[in-house]
Amino acid sequence: MTTKSKSTKAKPAPADDRLRVRKTYKLYIGGAFPRSESGRSYPVHSASGDLLAHAAQASRKDLRDAVVAARKAFAAWSGATAYNRGQVLYRVAEMLDGRREQFAAEVAESEGGSPAAALAQVDAAIDRWVYYAGWSDKYAQVVGGTNPVAGPYFSFSLPEPTGVVGVVAPQDSSLLGLVSVLAPVVALGNTAVVIAAEERPLPAASFAEVLATSDLPGGVVNLLTGFTAELTPWLAGHRDVNAVDLTGVAVPDRKALQIKAADNVKRVYAPAAADWSADPGISRLGAFVETKTVWHPIGV
Amino acid sequence: MAKPVLSARAKNQKHSFEYAPAPESRDIARLKPSYQIFVDGKFRDGSGEAVKTINPADEQPLAEVAEAGPADVNDAVAAARRAFDGPWSKMPGKERGKYLFRIARAIQERGRELAVLESLDNGKPIREARDVDVPVAAAHFFYYAGWADKLGYGGFGPDPRPIGVAGQIIPWNFPLLMAAWKIAPALACGNTVVLKPAETTPLSALVLAEIIAEADLPPGVVNILAGGPAIGQALVEHDDIDKIAFTGSTDVGKIIQRTLAGTPKRLSLELGGKAANIVFEDAPIDQAVEGIVNGIFFNQGQVCCAGSRLLVQESVADELIASLQRRLTTLRVGDPLDKNTDVGAINSAAQLARIRELTDSGVDEGATRWSPPCELPERGFWFAPTVFTGVSPAHRIAREEIFGPVLSVLTFRTPAEAVEKANNTPYGLSAGVWTEKGSRILSMAAQLRAGVVWANTFNRFDPSAPFGGYKESGFGREGGRHGLEAYLDH
Repeated sequence: MTTKSKSTKAKPAPADDRLRVRKTYKLYIGGAFPRSESGRSYPVHSASGDLLAHAAQASRKDLRDAVVAARKAFAAWSGATAYNRGQVLYRVAEMLDGRREQFAAEVAESEGGSPAAALAQVDAAIDRWVYYAGWSDKYAQVVGGTNPVAGPYFSFSLPEPTGVVGVVAPQDSSLLGLVSVLAPVVALGNTAVVIAAEERPLPAASFAEVLATSDLPGGVVNLLTGFTAELTPWLAGHRDVNAVDLTGVAVPDRKALQIKAADNVKRVYAPAAADWSADPGISRLGAFVETKTVWHPIGV
Repeated sequence: MAKPVLSARAKNQKHSFEYAPAPESRDIARLKPSYQIFVDGKFRDGSGEAVKTINPADEQPLAEVAEAGPADVNDAVAAARRAFDGPWSKMPGKERGKYLFRIARAIQERGRELAVLESLDNGKPIREARDVDVPVAAAHFFYYAGWADKLGYGGFGPDPRPIGVAGQIIPWNFPLLMAAWKIAPALACGNTVVLKPAETTPLSALVLAEIIAEADLPPGVVNILAGGPAIGQALVEHDDIDKIAFTGSTDVGKIIQRTLAGTPKRLSLELGGKAANIVFEDAPIDQAVEGIVNGIFFNQGQVCCAGSRLLVQESVADELIASLQRRLTTLRVGDPLDKNTDVGAINSAAQLARIRELTDSGVDEGATRWSPPCELPERGFWFAPTVFTGVSPAHRIAREEIFGPVLSVLTFRTPAEAVEKANNTPYGLSAGVWTEKGSRILSMAAQLRAGVVWANTFNRFDPSAPFGGYKESGFGREGGRHGLEAYLDH
C-alpha cells in the first residue's frame, strides 16, 4: 500500500486529469460503517478553513447502539488470551504503518502544521499501538500476584478489564491523541465507545478502517463522530457503561458529566492536559482495570 | 425452576441439646459512662448532641457520646492539615511504621476488652468479635506498618507521595475492623486522617483513639469524630480534605461521588453487594452448607460481601436445602456475649425495619419463607435466620441488598446459567463457588464480575489480600499492595 501511494505521488499529472473518488465519512459501530441513524451530518473544515467533508453527526441512538455493540463484544474480547489481544493490537500498528502517508495528509489537513510534523505524529501513533500490544500480556504479572494470607488458603489477585469504557478523545490531537487514549483501554480487554475530536474527526473516521482490517472483533471499538456536548451526557449517564475517560472534555464541562457518571458508580478518568509525544507510562492502563482476588483452601 | 420442598424432618426438628450459658464478662469492656471525640491529640466533648449509644441486644444504653458538630469537623481537618504539613508527611517511613506497629500491638494487648466492647455496641457474637474483628484489625496495622518504609517498592514510582488529609467514613457492621482498614494504609503512606465511625457504633473507634494517644502519635495525625450523617457530609464537603474513603451503602456512595464531582478530591468507595454463592452438583454438600451458613449468617448477614443469593444446581437443590435447614436448626441465636452464640442481634431498629420490609416483600412476591424454630429474646433487635426458596431473579429479595440474616435460594441448570444469574446485578463485590472440579473453579472465577471470589470457602479476609468491588459495589481496593494506591499521589 505504501508503494502504491508513493507511486501515485510520483506521477501527479495523470492523477489530476482524473476525477477523484471522494470518501463518505461514516460511523463505526459493531464492526459496520453506518451513517448516523439520524441522517445528520456536519461540515468539517481544515485548519486553514477549507471544507474537507461532511462527517456523520452521531445521535443519542447511535451512541446507545454503540454501547450495545461494545457490551456484546466484551465477553469474547476480555476472554481472549492476552497474547491474542497483543497480536491484534500489533496488527493495528501494521495496518496503520501501511497507510502512514494517507494519515499524515489527513492529520496535516485537520490540524495544520508541517507535513513532517504530521508524519511524526502518525509514526508515534503506530509506535503507541506497538507499545500497548506488548503490555497486554505483561500487565497482569506486573500488578498481580499471590497474597500471603495467614491461613491455609491460596489467594491471588489479578487485574481484569472494567467493561465498557466511554472515551472522549482529545480535541487537539486527532490521531495520536485518539490512539493514546484508545489503545490502553482495549489492550487489557475493555471494549470502547469513542467520541472523536469534534472539529477534527476525519482521521478518526479513517482510522476506523484500520481497526476494521486488523482482526479486531467488531464492537470492541465503536467510533462516533459528532458534537461532544450533545453526546457526552448520554455517554456519562448510560447505565451499561462502566467507566468514562473525559480527556477530550474541557475542564469546566467535566463536573456535570461526573455527576451523571455517579448514577452507576462509573470509574471516571479525567486527567490534566497531556503531551501526547511523551512516554505514556502505565497510568492509563491502570485507570480501567478492576482487581479480582480469588481464594481457595489448601488441604488434602 | 424447581421449587425445592421443605423436608419434613427439618420442619419438625426441635433443638436436641440445651447449652449451659457461657457468658463473656461484660466488665471486661471497661465501659465508661461517657466517651469523647478525639481531635488534635486531645479528647473533648463534641459540640453536637450528647447521644446514648445502646446495646442492640437489649436496647439498654451503654454510654453517652458527645457527638461532633460542624465546628469540630473544621478543627479536626485543620489539625490533620497541621499534622500533615508538620511532622507526619516528613517523617521517615521507618518511624511512621513503628507508630503503626505500636498500634497493632496495643490492639492485641487490649484485644479481649475491644472484643467485648464491640459485641456490646454492635450486637455481634463475641466469638466473631474475638476471632475476626479484633485480630484482623491488629493484623491490618501490622501489615501496613511494614509498608511505611517500603513504598518505593510498591509499584507506584520510586518515591510516591501521600495525598494529604483523608476523610474516612465507616459503617457499623465491623466498627473497629473498618477503622483499621481505613487508618492503617492511610498512615503508612504518610497521610493524616479524620475518621467518622457510624452513629450507632462509635465506641471501639474511640477506644482506638485512646490506643493512638497512648502510642504517642503526633497530635492531629488521627482525629476521630463520632456523629451522624451530617458530620459525614460536612467532612465530604470540606474544602481542605484531599481524599474521601467511604464504606457504606451504594446510595450514599453515589451521593458522595456526585458531591466530589468537579473537585480534585480523590475518592475510594466500598459499597453494597448481593453476592451469589454458587453450589454445583459435585460440591461436597456438608462443606458447602457450612460455607453457605458462614456466607449469610456471619455477623447476622450484615456484611457487604455476604453470600445472600444461593444459586444451587437444580439436581442437588432439594438435598442441599434439606441439609441446610437441618444445619440451621442447630444455630444458636441469642445473647451476643455468650461464647456459644452463632447469631447475635441486628445492629439497630432502623436496620431491623429494613430487613422486615424486604422479607415481607419476599412473601408478597411469592417466595417461600422458612426459619428454624428459635426463641428470640424479648428485648432488643432480633431477626431469626431466614431462608427463602422459590425465589425468582425478579424478586426484590434477589435484587436488593437486605443486609440481614436472610438467604434467597435460586436454582440453575448449567454453568453458563449460573454465571448469567450471578452477574445479573448492578453489584459486583464478591461471589462464591462450590465444586470439586478445579477447572470449573477457575472458569467460574474468571467469568464472575466480582472483586472477590471465594472458591470452596467464603468470607475470608486478610490484610494482604485486596478487597473491593466491581460495578456499583464501588472502586478502589483495601488490603494488600493494591490498598496503598488509594492513599498515594502517583
